[in-house]
Amino acid sequence: MLAKIGIAGAEELFFEIPEDIRLNTALDVPKALTEPELNAYFNKLACANTCDDYLSFLGGGAYPHIIPAVVDYLGSRGEFVSPYTPYQAEVSQGTLQAIFEFQTLICQLTGMDIANASLYEGASGAAEAVLMAHRLRKKPKVLLSRMLHPQYKEVIHTYTKNLGIVVEDVSYSDSGSLDRADLREKLDDQTSVVVSQSPNFVGVIEDLAPISALAHEHNALSVVVVTEPVSLGILQSPGKLGADIVTGEGQSFGLPLSFGGPYLGFMACSKEFIRQFPGRIVGQTVDMEGKRGYVLTLSTREQHIRRERATSNICTNQALCALKATIFLEVLGQEGLRELAWSNVQKAHYAAGECIKVEGVSQKFAGAFFSEFVLCFAKPWDEIEAALREKGIVGGLGLGSNFSELENCALFCVTETHSKADIDRLVSGLQEIMS
Amino acid sequence: MIREPLIFEISDKGKRAFRLPELDVPEDKGVFKGVAIRDEIEGFPQVSEVEIVRHFTRLSRTNFCIDVGFYPLGSCTMKYNPKINEHIASHPGFTSFHPYTPRELIQGNLKILKMTADILSEITGMDAVTLQPSAGAQGELVGIMLIQACLKDRGDPRKIVLIPDSAHGTNPSSAHLSGYRVQEVKSNAAGTVDPADLEQHMNEDVAAFMVTNPNTLGVFESDIRKICDIVHSKGGLVYMDGANMNALVGKCRPGDMGVDVIHLNLHKTFSTPHGGGGPGAGPVGVKKILEPYLPVPVIEQKDDLLNFNYDRPQSIGRVRTFFGNFLVIVKALAYILSLGPDGLEEVAEVAVLNANYIRKCLEGIYHLKYTTPSFHECVFSDKFQKEFGVQNIDIAKRLIDFGLHPPTMSFPLIVPGALMIEPTETESKKDLDAFIDAMTTIAKEAKENPEVLKNAPHTSYVRRLDETQAARNPVLRWMPDNKNSSDTQN
Repeated sequence: MLAKIGIAGAEELFFEIPEDIRLNTALDVPKALTEPELNAYFNKLACANTCDDYLSFLGGGAYPHIIPAVVDYLGSRGEFVSPYTPYQAEVSQGTLQAIFEFQTLICQLTGMDIANASLYEGASGAAEAVLMAHRLRKKPKVLLSRMLHPQYKEVIHTYTKNLGIVVEDVSYSDSGSLDRADLREKLDDQTSVVVSQSPNFVGVIEDLAPISALAHEHNALSVVVVTEPVSLGILQSPGKLGADIVTGEGQSFGLPLSFGGPYLGFMACSKEFIRQFPGRIVGQTVDMEGKRGYVLTLSTREQHIRRERATSNICTNQALCALKATIFLEVLGQEGLRELAWSNVQKAHYAAGECIKVEGVSQKFAGAFFSEFVLCFAKPWDEIEAALREKGIVGGLGLGSNFSELENCALFCVTETHSKADIDRLVSGLQEIMS
Repeated sequence: MIREPLIFEISDKGKRAFRLPELDVPEDKGVFKGVAIRDEIEGFPQVSEVEIVRHFTRLSRTNFCIDVGFYPLGSCTMKYNPKINEHIASHPGFTSFHPYTPRELIQGNLKILKMTADILSEITGMDAVTLQPSAGAQGELVGIMLIQACLKDRGDPRKIVLIPDSAHGTNPSSAHLSGYRVQEVKSNAAGTVDPADLEQHMNEDVAAFMVTNPNTLGVFESDIRKICDIVHSKGGLVYMDGANMNALVGKCRPGDMGVDVIHLNLHKTFSTPHGGGGPGAGPVGVKKILEPYLPVPVIEQKDDLLNFNYDRPQSIGRVRTFFGNFLVIVKALAYILSLGPDGLEEVAEVAVLNANYIRKCLEGIYHLKYTTPSFHECVFSDKFQKEFGVQNIDIAKRLIDFGLHPPTMSFPLIVPGALMIEPTETESKKDLDAFIDAMTTIAKEAKENPEVLKNAPHTSYVRRLDETQAARNPVLRWMPDNKNSSDTQN
C-alpha cells in the first residue's frame, strides 16, 4: 500500500501537521488490555458499585420496569446496532420501517398526528418543544409548571436564556396539581407556550383539558411533558385533551436505568406544525416498481440542508433506543400496556396507603396520582434516608433541595417491579424508624 | 421478495406476547375516580412473541451494517465496533442503577466517568472534559454556549460566529441555536481556511471561529496555529469540531494547536456503535478559561469519594437529564483501554493510510476537486461521469449491488456531486481492493451502460425509492384505513 501511495512510511502521511504541534511522545493513557483483562477490570468497577441488592423506590424521571427478553435479544442484532442513520434507504429498510412503526406507536399513545424518529432524552426534548412553540407563536414568554421535572426546567433555561425568551413558573395548588388561578393570572398575549407535565414531578395527574384551553385562549400553545409514558397505557391521551405538542422520556419502554442514559426523547405534535418540527422523520413512499418503502423525509427542516435556519441542530439521535421501545411496545401490546399501567397504579396506591398508616408519615398531595407519591415525615428526611439505607432500602428522592417548602418530604415510586413483600418491607422499615 | 408488513397489519384482536404476574396487592378499582381514562389505544398492536421475533429478524435482514461489510460513509467514521465493549456495557452492575442512587453506592460508575474524562483530556490536550452532551451536535451547542458565557463574563458579548463553507450543517445550526449570527468563510483553492481571508472577516464582534480539523475534505488545516492566533488576537475563541479526530489520535492534539474548545464523537472515533442513528455521545473538552462554565454537574473527588458538584455559579447550566449517555461512555472507555497508547496511534495511522490508498487507486477514474493531501477521508465527485448523464446518486446506488455501502453523498457542499469516502482503520487491504474494483467497474459502466446505474440498485430488498413523493405527500404513520396492505402480497 505504501508503494502504491508512493511513500516510504506511514509517518509521511502526517507531514501536513506542522512539526511544532506534532505529538512526539506516546499518549499518557493506560497500556493496552487484552479481552480477559478488560473483562476483569470492568467487573471490578461494576462491583465498586454496590453489588448488594438494595431495594429502591427511586423514580423522578427514570423508572424501573420489566424488560421482556425479546427486547434485548432483537435489539442486540448487529443489523440494528451497527449501521448509521438510514441515509441510503434502499439498504436501511429495517431501521426505517421500525422507526415508522415507532412514530405510529408514539402518535397512538399521545393522541397526536405526527411524531419524530427520537430526540436525545426527555429534558432536551422539552427544550426543543419550547423553542418550536416560540418559533410558531413568536412571543417572548414561556410558562412552566412548577411541577415540571426540575432538571427539565434547568435544561429549558439553558436552551432559552440567550434567545430573549422569558421563563416564568406557574405555582401548584394544595392538591399538587398546576394552580389554574395562577396560570390565568400569568397568561397574557405575550405568552407563546404553557408547559405542563402529567403525571407531574410529584406524581399527580394533571387535568390537562382546562390547562390547554386556557393556553389557547391566549393564542399560546400547550406543551405536555410525559416523563412516565407507561401512564399513557391508561390515562387519556394528551392529544385528546388539547395538547399541541407532547414530548417526553421513553426510558420506561424497554430501556434499563443505566445510571441515566442512553434514554429516549420522543416528540409528537399536530400536523399543522410540521414545518417547525425538529428531528428526523421517516415517511412512506414507493420504489421504482411501485412497491412500498420508507425514507427519511422532510429534511429541508434539518441542519444538513437548512443549516442555520434548521428547526434544530440535532443529527445523531437515539435510534437504537427507539427501536427497543418499539419492540417493547409491540410485545406489551394493547392489553399488556394497559395492565402494566394499572399494575403500577395499584401497587403505588397500596404502598402509599400502607406508608401513611405509619405514625409520623403523611401523604403531601391529595391529587390523583399514577405511580409516584410524596410522603412527608415528622423527622428530618436525611435521618430517615440514612436509616432506610441501613435496612438495605434506597428510600425515595428527597425534595428539599428543589422545593424548600417540601423539606422533609420525599418522592416515592412504585412499579410492577415491586412485590407486595418489597412494599411491606418498606413499610415495616418506616415503622421501626418512626417509632 | 416478500415485503414485511407493518406490525399493525398483522395485529389480531386478543393476541399477546407478554403476561404480567397476577396483582399481589389488593385491587382498588376506585382510585381513578374523576381522572380522564382512555378506552383502548386505537390501532395499538396485538401480536404474539414469535410474530414479533420474525418481524424484526426479517426487518433486520434488509439493513446493511458494519457487521455485514464495508461502510465508507464519509465523516461518520464507520469503524468496526468490538463486541467485548457491548458485553461489558451490558453488565447489570452498569445497567441497573438508577441515576438518583446515592453516590456512595455507585463509586464504580463515577470512576468510569472520571477516568474517561481524564483520558479524553489527555488525548485532546485540553484541561477539562464534560461527558454530558448526548451527541456531537449537542456538544457543539454546549461548546458555543461556553464561549458565549465566557465572553459575557468578560463584558464583551459578541454577535457573530464564523464558519467555513465546508463545515457540517450542525455547526451553523448550533451557533444559531445559541443566538449567534453566522457568517460563512470561503475555502481557498486548496480547500482549507485562508488565514488572510479569515483575518479580513475577524473583528471585535466575532465570538468564535468554528473549524473542523481535518476538515470535511479530509484535509489537515496546516495553518491552524496561525488561525487560532488570528482569532485570539481579536479577542475571539476557537471551536474545533472533532468529528474527524480519528485521523489525529496520538499524532497531535487540538489543545496544542491553540484550540479553546472541542467536541468529540464517541460513536465515531471511539467505536461505540452508531445504532442506526444513535445513541452517540459528544463530550466537550475545554481550556482552563472555559472550565468554570462547564455544564452541571461536574465530577469531583472529595476525600475518598467521587461526587457530583452542582454548585457552579458560572456554569451554563444543565443540558440534559442526569449525567450523559453513560453506557456509551462505558463502551468508549473499554475501547480506549483495549488499545492503549500504541493502539490509539495506530488507529490514526491506518485510517489515514487506508484513505490515501483508496484515493491513489481511484484518482483519474473519479474527479478529485481538491488535490491537497488527504488524511482519513477523500472526496471525489461525479464530474467525469456527468458527461454520460450519471450523477453521484447513481454511483452510490450501484455500489449497493456490489454488496457495499455507498459513501456520503453531496457533502461537503463545496464539492458539487461529492462522494466522500472514509474507509476507517478496521478495513483490510482486501476490503479496500473490493471497493476500488467496484468503483472502477462502475466508472466503466457509467461510460458504457449508464442505464444500469440510473436504475440501480437492482439487487436490494427495495428498488430506488421516490424521496420526492415522500416529501410531497407525507405519510408519516400507519393509519387503520391505510390501503397499503395489498403489496404485502407482492
